[in-house]
Amino acid sequence: MVRLLLCLMIFWSAQSLAVIETYEFSTPDLELRYKALSQELRCPKCQNQNIADSNAPISRDLRAIVHEQLEAGATNEEIIIFLVDRYGEFVRYRPGMDSNTLWLWSAPLILLVMAVAVVLTQIRKDRDRQTISSNAERANRLREKFDGDPS
Amino acid sequence: MQPFKRFLPLAAFLLLVVLLVRGLSLDPTELPSARLGNSLPDFNLPVLGESGSRQAEDWGGEPALINVWATWCFSCRVEHPYLLELAQKGVTIYGLNYKDDPEKALVWLNDLGNPYTETVVDKDGSFGLDLGVYGAPETYVIDASSVVRHRHVGVVTEQVWNEQLSPYFEAGLTAGGLD
Repeated sequence: MVRLLLCLMIFWSAQSLAVIETYEFSTPDLELRYKALSQELRCPKCQNQNIADSNAPISRDLRAIVHEQLEAGATNEEIIIFLVDRYGEFVRYRPGMDSNTLWLWSAPLILLVMAVAVVLTQIRKDRDRQTISSNAERANRLREKFDGDPS
Repeated sequence: MQPFKRFLPLAAFLLLVVLLVRGLSLDPTELPSARLGNSLPDFNLPVLGESGSRQAEDWGGEPALINVWATWCFSCRVEHPYLLELAQKGVTIYGLNYKDDPEKALVWLNDLGNPYTETVVDKDGSFGLDLGVYGAPETYVIDASSVVRHRHVGVVTEQVWNEQLSPYFEAGLTAGGLD
């Protein structure tokens, strides 16, 4: 019984995420592109939602635009440029590379280089320490051998 | 090396404080319009309550406000009295009736007064989309050559006018008795 209830709840919550209107597409490929685009475009009004999830009137308009332009044969690039012209870079969840986003895009690379540098220096330090300690050990052993009495 | 290392956590903490304080003073809803510095996008829309239509070229020659409003928009009712005041001061305000029923819009203007030099009807919101409108109320400043200079999202109050909008009008309106 509980299991059944849980299943129902899961289905309900999935339904509440779905958007209100559905569009007919002439090809399945267009539909896939529509889904991808509407998840990548950000609602300007309700800032932390993409237009696929948002109920705001502006998101409905933007979805209609995306649908209309896809059917008219526009490329993804053209649709994004159309919207960026009107609503700014803000509508993109994956912003383009410009002077504002240079740090954003290069940060992973910089962090990776820094991490590699830290790991390398640590490894080198450890190796030096090991050499030193094994050298000291060998010296001790030699001393024992020749002096007979280590004390 | 050692004394420097001791202060590292403190330095990191101070940096974090600076970043967070800066974050508190930012308003993420304040987005600059993508149309700033560009001419008003082309449109051809009917005038509310009249038979004619207007194009972008018709709204030039002097700095003006374009106020995006609708009868379904509660905040528009809040800012309406102040728009009337501005209109009385001699500020040219064009209305953009956004996704609204023109009949209701006319009733609204009859009941509350009309601050607009003229209002165009953008029933499906297509001009709004070209302008980058994402809700109402929004107010744009255009200059004499109808280039978009400023966008304010939300209610226009005396403070907003004094701090953000009036600078665009001072040159042209000093003779009009503006404070």
